Amino acid sequence: MKPRTKGQAGMSRRTVLKAAAAAIAGFPAIVSAQPVTLRYLGTAVNQSKEIAQKVKADLGLVIEYIPVTTDEVAKRIITQPNSFDVVDAEYFQLRKLIPSGNLLGMDAKRIKYADKITPVFTKGQVAGKTIGDQGTAPKKVFYLEGPTSTKFAAAPTQWITLIPTVYNADTLGIRPDLIKRPISSWSELLNSEFKGKAAILNIPSIGIMDAAMVVESLGAHKYRDKGNMTKPEIDLTIKTLIDAKKAGQFRAFWKDFNESVNLMASGEVVIQSMWSPAVTKVRSMGVPCIYQPLKEGYRAWAAGFGLPKTLTGKKLDASYEFINWFLSGWAGAFLNRQGYYSAVLETAKANMEPYEWAYWMEGKPAEKDIKAPDGTLLEKTGTVRDGGSYEARMGAVACWNAVMDENDYMVRKWNEFIAA
Amino acid sequence: MERVHRGLSRLITPAAAPYWQIAPLAGVFAVFFLLPLAITVIVSFWRYTEYSMIPAVVGDNYVSVFAGCLAELPALCVTFKTYLSTLKFCVLVWLVTLVLGFSVAYFLAFHVRSLTWQIVLFLLCTIPFWTSNVIRMISWVPLLGRNGLVNAFLVASGVSPSPLDWLLFSDFAVVLAFVHLYTMFMIVPLFNSMSRIDRALLEASRDAGASPWQTIWNVVVPLSKPGLVIGSIFVVTLVMGDYVTIGVMGGQQIASVGKIIQVELSYLQFPLAAANAVVLLGAVLAIIWTMTRLVDLRREL
Repeated sequence: MKPRTKGQAGMSRRTVLKAAAAAIAGFPAIVSAQPVTLRYLGTAVNQSKEIAQKVKADLGLVIEYIPVTTDEVAKRIITQPNSFDVVDAEYFQLRKLIPSGNLLGMDAKRIKYADKITPVFTKGQVAGKTIGDQGTAPKKVFYLEGPTSTKFAAAPTQWITLIPTVYNADTLGIRPDLIKRPISSWSELLNSEFKGKAAILNIPSIGIMDAAMVVESLGAHKYRDKGNMTKPEIDLTIKTLIDAKKAGQFRAFWKDFNESVNLMASGEVVIQSMWSPAVTKVRSMGVPCIYQPLKEGYRAWAAGFGLPKTLTGKKLDASYEFINWFLSGWAGAFLNRQGYYSAVLETAKANMEPYEWAYWMEGKPAEKDIKAPDGTLLEKTGTVRDGGSYEARMGAVACWNAVMDENDYMVRKWNEFIAA
Repeated sequence: MERVHRGLSRLITPAAAPYWQIAPLAGVFAVFFLLPLAITVIVSFWRYTEYSMIPAVVGDNYVSVFAGCLAELPALCVTFKTYLSTLKFCVLVWLVTLVLGFSVAYFLAFHVRSLTWQIVLFLLCTIPFWTSNVIRMISWVPLLGRNGLVNAFLVASGVSPSPLDWLLFSDFAVVLAFVHLYTMFMIVPLFNSMSRIDRALLEASRDAGASPWQTIWNVVVPLSKPGLVIGSIFVVTLVMGDYVTIGVMGGQQIASVGKIIQVELSYLQFPLAAANAVVLLGAVLAIIWTMTRLVDLRREL
């Protein structure tokens, strides 16, 4: 190798330094011109293209969706907490997510509409009336003792676990044209009249609660808390399911949204546990399907935004900005129009047409045709929403999706049920 | 420079060459197969909570896999019941794919004379793989369902007074879907073995006065043994590990080992799932070991 002269070395060093100085000076300008990208981890159901486009237009933030299943959301938070900037998780998962210490207690002072969040979350009330709180009701896991605490606070604090995005009340879906009589109780799921034509959800923690609603309405047992059963209660519930399965009550179990739509639309099943958008999908295929309100009440669920503890600086600010935008109305109206409920009702109302609000939230007959956000016709003029108004539906919640203390045992018994 | 060259040349002596040749595959194997497998085995002895795994060496997970298996005898515990049900599918699917695969391979190898037609017919066999696994299985529903095509035909033609429920979401449906999916895995190795059979042997057999069946049984079958075993290994391992087909075609009402593992994973019970996976691996290895005892693959190849 040829040795370089001193002069040459000096020259090159000076040029390098100059370039570096220019780069350092120019660096912040380049960064601020670059839009901040937020990696949004959640289930595909809530990750609409429209929301990402609106955020880009309103805030200049780029939302990068990471669509996974509900189970995968929990797995990611626990095993790869640095792989996302905002997460849309379900409240019932918090019992295992918060102890992992990977989620930040969000500062209520930085959430503009924090005190406008519906009392369903903060107090477990709808229109001043206390609703069912069996299972992991959001009010039980809404506050933390501190920003980095791994303990839920009994009384309201400044630190919030998840800022609610969507929630709803689930019940049974039925085919009125094939059943041809009114259905009013959860016990109908195991009525031998529908032998070979019933279905249940094959997600253990949710399926067992639907089963518990049935057991209770049959009068076989009164649970202290359907969302946190004792071992004998789990045994009893699973035994009821096994007996029904052996008697040929079930046509199938389903795990996936599309499976439930298929079962119902094809007429293989006439009564089953179902999710609200699945009922809408069946109806939009021209097949009659009702999301049947039942006298024992609904099983509710709720999801919300959480932030990873490692988030700092610009990304943290952007995340708060995004969450504040989410509560400011446009997104709420967008979700309400799909049959979900949004966290801050007044801002959503301001972004909806009065006839839309009357149909979706007040349970009044539709004054005009009701359309989905993408413009497809959902309901014709004159129809009334199944279950009626927000107060009627959310007010009749009996229990919430949950993780039980005896979760391990429950999963094992559920496997027994599937193998029976 | 000279020294480096000499060192290099020692590494590429003829004796070392085979090791270099297998090194890339061995490396891939070590990183993507042996390492994960070792981790699975290690994790299966760990403890866990709902949100964490705790390194340990305990047999709790294995005890949990076989919970109640001794106490409940003669009734079967969940694990035994699940394995028995999976084994039942293995045997049924294996028998059907064997007969079907053998006939198709025989036809392709001995009756189709032109290479072009062999290739065309072979490609026809791969048609089931042109669509995705899930779509393929979901499309059985409108065919076999209560209001499906088959039932509509049976009722209209008077063969059956009412729609048959057992066509879908039943053992029958599961076996049907498996056969549809996996016969190909039997055809390919069998065809490969058969096409190597010297035609002169068949002629000799005929000349010696053997009937066509005797020729098949005494000449073709023994000579296609390697293909038979390889095909069987494919089918058996695929069926043992499957949970998607059993789930969709069985209406999620039929248990499978894979499904149990999946449920455990979704509840973050990784060590328990690992223990189940190790048990499954052991079961599959035992089956394969038995099969290779029946036929000495190495000698046959």
